[in-house]
Amino acid sequence: MLSRSASLTNGHFFNAVLAAGDPYLGDGSVDLGDVILAIAKAIIAFVVLLVAVMLMVWFERKVVSRLQNRIGPNVAGPFGILQTLADGIKLFFKEDIIPTRADRFVFQLAPYLALVPAFLTFTIIPIAGDFSDGQNGAVTIFGRETFVQVADLPVGILFFLAMSSLAVYGIMLAGWSSGSKYPLLGSVRASAQAISYEAALGLSLASVLLVAGSLSTNEIVQAQAGEGFGGIIPRWNLIVTGLIPFVVFVISGTAELNRPPFDFVEAEQELVGGFHTEYSSIRFSLFFLAEFMNTVTMSAIIVTLFLGGPAGPNFGFLPGWLWGFVWFFLKLLIFLFMFVWFRATLPRLRYDQLMDLGWKVLIPLSLAWLLLLAAIRQARNGVWEYGGSAFNSTLLALAIGTGLTVIGVGLLGLAIRSARDERLRAAGLVAVAGVSDSGLEGED
Amino acid sequence: MTVTEENVAEENVTEQSVAQEAAYTDQLHALPRAKAVLRMSEVKAAEMIDQPLDGENDQTMLINMGPAHPSTHGVLRLMLEMDGETIRRSKPIVGYLHTGMEKQGEELTYLQGCTNTTRMDYAAPLFNELVFSMATEELIGIEVPERATWIRMLMCEMNRISSHLLFMATNGMDLGAVSMMIYGWREREQVLRFFQKVTGLRMNHNYIRPGGVAADLPDGWRDDVRFLLDMLPHRLDEYDILMTGQPIWRDRLQGVGVISQAEAIALSVTGPILRSTGVAWDLRRDMPYLAYDDVDFDVVVGSYGDAFDRYAIRLAEIRESMRIVGQILDKMPEGDYRVQDAKVTPPPRARIDESMEALIHHFKIFTEGFKVPEGEVYVSVESPRGELGCYIVSDGGPKPYRMHIRGPSFVNLQSMPHMLADAFLADGVAIISSVDPILGEVDR
Repeated sequence: MLSRSASLTNGHFFNAVLAAGDPYLGDGSVDLGDVILAIAKAIIAFVVLLVAVMLMVWFERKVVSRLQNRIGPNVAGPFGILQTLADGIKLFFKEDIIPTRADRFVFQLAPYLALVPAFLTFTIIPIAGDFSDGQNGAVTIFGRETFVQVADLPVGILFFLAMSSLAVYGIMLAGWSSGSKYPLLGSVRASAQAISYEAALGLSLASVLLVAGSLSTNEIVQAQAGEGFGGIIPRWNLIVTGLIPFVVFVISGTAELNRPPFDFVEAEQELVGGFHTEYSSIRFSLFFLAEFMNTVTMSAIIVTLFLGGPAGPNFGFLPGWLWGFVWFFLKLLIFLFMFVWFRATLPRLRYDQLMDLGWKVLIPLSLAWLLLLAAIRQARNGVWEYGGSAFNSTLLALAIGTGLTVIGVGLLGLAIRSARDERLRAAGLVAVAGVSDSGLEGED
Repeated sequence: MTVTEENVAEENVTEQSVAQEAAYTDQLHALPRAKAVLRMSEVKAAEMIDQPLDGENDQTMLINMGPAHPSTHGVLRLMLEMDGETIRRSKPIVGYLHTGMEKQGEELTYLQGCTNTTRMDYAAPLFNELVFSMATEELIGIEVPERATWIRMLMCEMNRISSHLLFMATNGMDLGAVSMMIYGWREREQVLRFFQKVTGLRMNHNYIRPGGVAADLPDGWRDDVRFLLDMLPHRLDEYDILMTGQPIWRDRLQGVGVISQAEAIALSVTGPILRSTGVAWDLRRDMPYLAYDDVDFDVVVGSYGDAFDRYAIRLAEIRESMRIVGQILDKMPEGDYRVQDAKVTPPPRARIDESMEALIHHFKIFTEGFKVPEGEVYVSVESPRGELGCYIVSDGGPKPYRMHIRGPSFVNLQSMPHMLADAFLADGVAIISSVDPILGEVDR
């Protein structure tokens, strides 16, 4: 540290400051412009995300209202678009109550633990940029080439997984520290749910990473921006990985977000308010903010991983990077609408059914799919010699993979079945009709 | 107290308890889950809060659900003994809506009585009026005109539809299908509009009175009824798409809250809950009143006794009620809408202006009321929730000496701990919802 502080006298103040945090940057290539650029990006991303959340809350309420035969917010601002702002201001001025039985420090800390990861995840999302014709989406600001995202981490996707795991701490600690029974149940559910679905989430991600060959979000988008099949169908991971990882990711992503039909953590009809029952005022609104921020971020991640992010054709008359933003926004809207649609249509699953779905269906499915994809990839690359051509060995890998999958599914089904029979026998419930069809009879 | 006295007292107690046990053996046999009822006083429960935690032996948690919980249908309170997410024992606690209506009934004349009883089961007010009126009429010994009988039947079947629609709405909401809540209310609203047109009020009508009904059906009532009969089938089909065929919905309800025939009968359960176990017991068919002998309808029964059967039965009963209403449209006779018995019927308005005696008579009927012969009577009807009975004792005066209502919600409530035993908390919500208690009727 002493030798570094000496550089202060040389006038390279920012170099020193940055080097204190990250020696990698201390080689003199970082100057004031880079720092301003980084700060500006962070601020802009924060503002964009906050506005997006505000609009998302409005969008959700408006769409749900329409699906439910209601009008929805329509007083504050045009089409009620400022309703979220009004609600936020109202919550800000409400009395902040901390229960006597609560653990004060953790109780006050928890909302921030929930909010910060929600924001940090957004930093790795490329939200604009021109990816057409093999370009890498870079734009030039202040004479510097840079990507339209806060940071293009080499470990981007791992960072996302880490942040989504961290977010559950906020929920868990909030429920635990409230000193109340319903929030406690909510937080127990939250931790169990996060653990089960993190696995499925990670395994379905692995398929994407296998295809893209990189963890960097920018490179994943670039890989999807290439020449499509037949020139029309885009080269999105949605298609390249064969749909299954996408479906698994969307389902486990919904569970990770605690959104309906998986909203056990705050199941209003069961746990009153779930983990945030005891929260009020600005602390409550921070949870609320984090939840919707997560929804936006998760949709953005899905778009980045499976739908090519900002990649799309460039029709001219707009700057190239703006086309990227248009495509990104349109794709984002699809998923935001999907989450709202889920909420308006589906009843909530039961807690154990969620666990069954996660452990018995999603994890085996995504694991098997990953292995199959890997085998096919190896065969196509000609690693295995069979029948003289890569095509033949691909067919063989496919056949063996399918056969193994069928056997695996059969064995798993058998195991689940015998385990259930065993449980029922232990509980002495064999006679109870577990499954009833609509066994209605008319009798005059 | 001396030693001998104590012994005698103890002996008495043992003898008594032996006799009691012998008497209840049969019933206990019918109730294999009798231990599911949490017999713990409020004082004991309150004391437990302050006791130190006892690691190994302290595996359960007492939790109060209600009276301000979102899914306890008003102000029902359940004391639950939870083992994690599983309910072990439970106890419904009632009385939070107690308004002393039965006692109030002793202070009101027979003509005023309906304004009181109609407020008990506020989701099916016309049934309360009907049962009170029928009991009064039986005490006096008058026959109501045929048209009045058919109007009563029309209104009651309409009320059954609106009540079951409310169940559809709340059941959907309790299981997280919040849109269903709005859809159910939307259809119920149409029925309530019809009520408003006929009776002037949306609920608490005071329309069915001793001696007939308050007013004849308004002009154009046939069109209104036909409109409802045309609209509802499509909407019910939509419910089938949204819920009945929905896999999550089935998973949530099938095999949940199972009750056996023997249990249901031992607990005096009536209505859809009894019918869901396969017992075809419907007072409209088995002890016909009004003109139910002249219409054709099915008594819908289930075969598994679970929450799904209770849901499906109520949905089917809406269709059956529509069938009955359709027949009433064809068969509605002409005639008077109230009995022309000067003793119970006030003179027409026009007569009051010209006849002194009519004015006095009118005044006497509305202030002092009409006298009812001495005696006691029990009359029961099939309300949407089960057997709704009215027991009146008359001492010959213008007010009942004692008025008691057998509320099906109240009686059905005691089956709840038996269904809740070893269910998940989320199932608990489904079970409360499937019992469909109306707390106004429970507490009276």
